[in-house]
Amino acid sequence: MTMWVDFIIVAVLLLDLMMLSSSRIRNCIQIAAVQGTLVGLMPLFVESHPGALSPVVASFFSIFLKGVVFPWLLFRALREANIRKEVEPIGGYPLSLLMGVVMFAMGFWLSKRLLYPDPFVPALGAPVSFATFFTGVFLIISRMKAITQVIGYLILENGIYLFGAVFLGGQSLLVELAILLDIFAAVFVMGITIFHINREFDHIDTQKLSELKDIITSK
Amino acid sequence: MNVLLCSLIVLIVSGVFAFSLNRCVKFANGMGAAGAVTACVVGLGALFAVYNNPTAAVFSIPWAIPCGSFSLGADALSAVFLFPVFLLSALSALYGFDYLKHYYGKKNIGAAWLFYNLLVASMALVIMARNAILFLSAWEMMSVSSCFLVLFEGEKRDVARAGLIYLVATHIGTLFLLVMFILLGKESGSWDFAAWQGTRAGFGPSLIFLCALIGFGTKSGFVPMHIWLPEAHPAAPSHVSALMSGVMIKTGIYGLLRIMTFLGMPCAWWGYLLIAIGSLSGILGVLFALAQSDFKRLLAYSSIENIGIILMGIGLGVVGLSVQNSFLMVMGFAGGLLHVVNHAFFKGLLFLGAGAVYHETGTRKMDLLGGLLKKMPITGFCFLVGAAAICGLPPLNGFVSEFLVYYASFKSISGSTSLVFAAVGIITSLALIGGLAAACFTKAFGIIFLGETRTACGQNAHEAGVFMRLSMVILAVACIVIGLSAPLFIGVFARIIADVSGSPLSLIQLCLMEAGPPLISVVVMAVCLFIVVVLTVLLRRSFLSGRVITRFPTWDCGYARPDPRMQYTASSFAQPVVDFFKGVLRTQKQAVKITRYFPDSPSFKTETTDLFSETVFRPMLRSMRRFTGKLTWLQHGKLQFYILYIVFALVALFIWKL
Amino acid sequence: MPAKIAQFILVLTLSPFLFGVLNRTKAFFAGRKGSPLLQLYYDIFKLLRKGAVYSTTTTWVFIAGPVVSLSAVITASFLIPWAGHPAVIQFDGDIILFIYLLGLARFFTVLAALDTGSSFEGMGASREMQFALFAEPALFLSLASLARVTGQMSFSGIFSTGVINFWPVYGPVFFLVFGAVFIVFLAENSRIPVDDPNTHLELTMIHEVMVLDHGGVDFAYILYGAAVKFWLLGTLLAGMFLGASSRGWMMDSAVFILQMSVLAVIVGVVESTLARLRLLKVPHFLIIALALSAVAFILTMRS
Repeated sequence: MTMWVDFIIVAVLLLDLMMLSSSRIRNCIQIAAVQGTLVGLMPLFVESHPGALSPVVASFFSIFLKGVVFPWLLFRALREANIRKEVEPIGGYPLSLLMGVVMFAMGFWLSKRLLYPDPFVPALGAPVSFATFFTGVFLIISRMKAITQVIGYLILENGIYLFGAVFLGGQSLLVELAILLDIFAAVFVMGITIFHINREFDHIDTQKLSELKDIITSK
Repeated sequence: MNVLLCSLIVLIVSGVFAFSLNRCVKFANGMGAAGAVTACVVGLGALFAVYNNPTAAVFSIPWAIPCGSFSLGADALSAVFLFPVFLLSALSALYGFDYLKHYYGKKNIGAAWLFYNLLVASMALVIMARNAILFLSAWEMMSVSSCFLVLFEGEKRDVARAGLIYLVATHIGTLFLLVMFILLGKESGSWDFAAWQGTRAGFGPSLIFLCALIGFGTKSGFVPMHIWLPEAHPAAPSHVSALMSGVMIKTGIYGLLRIMTFLGMPCAWWGYLLIAIGSLSGILGVLFALAQSDFKRLLAYSSIENIGIILMGIGLGVVGLSVQNSFLMVMGFAGGLLHVVNHAFFKGLLFLGAGAVYHETGTRKMDLLGGLLKKMPITGFCFLVGAAAICGLPPLNGFVSEFLVYYASFKSISGSTSLVFAAVGIITSLALIGGLAAACFTKAFGIIFLGETRTACGQNAHEAGVFMRLSMVILAVACIVIGLSAPLFIGVFARIIADVSGSPLSLIQLCLMEAGPPLISVVVMAVCLFIVVVLTVLLRRSFLSGRVITRFPTWDCGYARPDPRMQYTASSFAQPVVDFFKGVLRTQKQAVKITRYFPDSPSFKTETTDLFSETVFRPMLRSMRRFTGKLTWLQHGKLQFYILYIVFALVALFIWKL
Repeated sequence: MPAKIAQFILVLTLSPFLFGVLNRTKAFFAGRKGSPLLQLYYDIFKLLRKGAVYSTTTTWVFIAGPVVSLSAVITASFLIPWAGHPAVIQFDGDIILFIYLLGLARFFTVLAALDTGSSFEGMGASREMQFALFAEPALFLSLASLARVTGQMSFSGIFSTGVINFWPVYGPVFFLVFGAVFIVFLAENSRIPVDDPNTHLELTMIHEVMVLDHGGVDFAYILYGAAVKFWLLGTLLAGMFLGASSRGWMMDSAVFILQMSVLAVIVGVVESTLARLRLLKVPHFLIIALALSAVAFILTMRS
């Protein structure tokens, strides 16, 4: 069983790296969906605490949202808003990829300094969930487009979810689900906003949103 | 010891003679060179005796200067640093004898030799000084005499600028050394090195270490204190560049090691800091070297890279010492020290080769040269040996020292977490440096010596003079010999490591013994390589015997009128890597845009300026100038008021002391 | 000792055979019959019987290129174990020497290319150097991971401990290391998607363009050196699936040769199914190898 958990966790990590190096938004959405699904499977493999939400329900719910609903919403936004396909990172892909490795090393270092309540947790869980969390933050910072920022939020949430699933044995899954609903609302709102920004301005480059500032002050 | 003193005296006297007999140029040239060579050969002879019997090698006379005493000593550490100083100085002097003939009647040859001999003497004095005041005086003499040598062609604007940058930078370094010596001296109440031994507690040692790092680091060219190095080294005459790059910057490493002997047990973070600075210097140094188009500037940047490799070795040694891993300590220090010696040889060789090329063609721009191997076969061959050695390729000497550092890192790869990070960092940076150095030196050798001559610059080139060739050949042979005989003399470093670390000699010898089998295997493999090369050559000859060998122009891809100027240039060779690292290198490109169907002559120019001097030092100096500009009213040029200032100062001091 | 001599001779004689397997695989995917399995042997023997044409621009460096690179590769083969049996020469740290010997070979190949004075060859040399720059640290890091996991510092030590026994515990590490080394393997042997060994068009050429002016014996040396290098680096990949040697030398060798052939088939499949990357994307591809090996190394440090 632990071997499977290990492989899922390593796969999550590799998906982070793939995310950082992929140049197409379409690919990014797919990667986020696959990662969400893999992370959603985790409650099934980790021993759950008594009194926690049933792992099957939790797993089903998060896989349904992250693997099906979000990608569908994002693809819709992509289609409707006629977004160009490239990701446009700041600093280029090789740098992003190396930053991914650095973030993993950082996560590893952080996880070495944590005190674990339970000695039997998978050793890779903490570093990878930190790395996933950092990757999400990094994506939000380094990518130009609004839609890639939404994807960044999804990755960030995957990191939190993985941490909860591995360490708290489903105890916190209720909290997780609440966060998930927040994200759901956020993605939904962002989808609509992206659509509207696009209609008004013909692009969704967040850097150009700063032009709005002038319009407001001049009025 | 007396012999060493004699050699110092010979150096100074012959320099003064050469200077005063300047009217007869040939005599001055011969006198200076002969003096330097004799003194260095004598010094080399004395070194073996000194190494074997360090206690006898002490010399001390009182000195009129307060707190100063003229005390000299030569232990194993000094001996190992003196060895490259004397050897390279002798060979560079031999080379300089031919090199300076070119300047008869144009330059003051006698002065050049005076400062050259003073530079050699002061380097030896720095390494032998056993008193802080004497050390600083010698250090200052070294800086000033080398600065005058940099200004040899001082009528050129960029040379004058380089000299100024060097002078300012080296004095900022000296300032930190002064602070460091004051800290050391205040604690023990004496300025003699002998009084400083022993362990200390608290923040003191760390503060002293940091001052030493900045002070000696400025001289050695640690990033980011390196900015003077790529300016000053190319500006000096080539035999002086060889000396400065080959040995003068190593006095900084010597100083650091010497200070470490006073500080007792080092903290682990010193080692990690050294490793970090080392890998930064290594990678940035070789990256900037790759982007240069002036070959002497390229070599200067590559010195920064090699200092980085030395620092990584020493850093590993310090970490090993502080975590009590004696094997790691010994391997790290041995690798670093061996690289000090090796770098003196191959960098000296490369600068001498570069000097020969400059001498014959009158340009330092690689893109204007090409095809020189046919005209200067011996210089070309020696340069190739140096290039292969500096890339760390087996079976030459550069490989052996890098091997030791790699080996120590691989050995510590299964240890505790922070050590593993350091070790794997070193392995990755050394691998990256190796790849970049290979790109850098295939570029340098390939563009200068191979292909066809690109412009008129190299048309009339011919082989360098006899003494120039002789010194290059000796250095090339030394590179090969050290590469093949490393296991024999690696034990030389045992006593130094014992001095620096304070560990028992027998333990260190045991650790060095452990490194013996791999080193011997490396030599065996080198011999195998040699045999296989001979076999393949013989095989090739037997296949080709009796067959037709024709000569024909290079395949021109169907284009009937190829021109030498169409060859790949140095800038185009480096372009993919330079472009990949454009975030760090910030290469500026200037191109004339082609607008019409029959364009005027287009041009394209790239220049890579130093990252730190552009982004850190220039803005810093600018704001400093803005601040000091506000104080110019103090400096009005009226002598009376200056005297008044002095009186004020004296009165103030008087009142304070009363 | 006889076994060691035998394995040395086997490496030298069998390595061109792998290219036959590889080309057959590619032919199969293209729906062709393909060249004979021993085609490379025929090519080399044909070239060895030819005279030589040298450019008027070139010097002795041009001839030293193929000679030194072939010698360096053959010398490097002393260090590579055979089927889980120790190599001819083994010592701690031979990993470093091996990689630097390949570096020596590259150094001289590049100089020989620059010696012709042709822009095309200069272009290839420049690209070769750039790609090696990223491949070398990746290879070092991957081998560092293997060294850490197995606790050995020589190729023979690493690959004769029965690496396959480590898979259950260090599965993810080996998976990533395999990926990284495979990318380096493709790049160093100039295979698709980094380089296309079949094109002779200047804009796509990297390795092929460097040896454009070589012919006759020199070119035979280059082809043969490439084949040996393919075998040596392939051994690192195949070695990761070796069990502890126990079935006797003959049996082990047979299995090993089979493994190497399978590797050649895999490379053939990769070459047939992938397109060559755009040149600007190649560094990106190699950085992926570097990232994988770095992640693998960090994974070895858990627990």
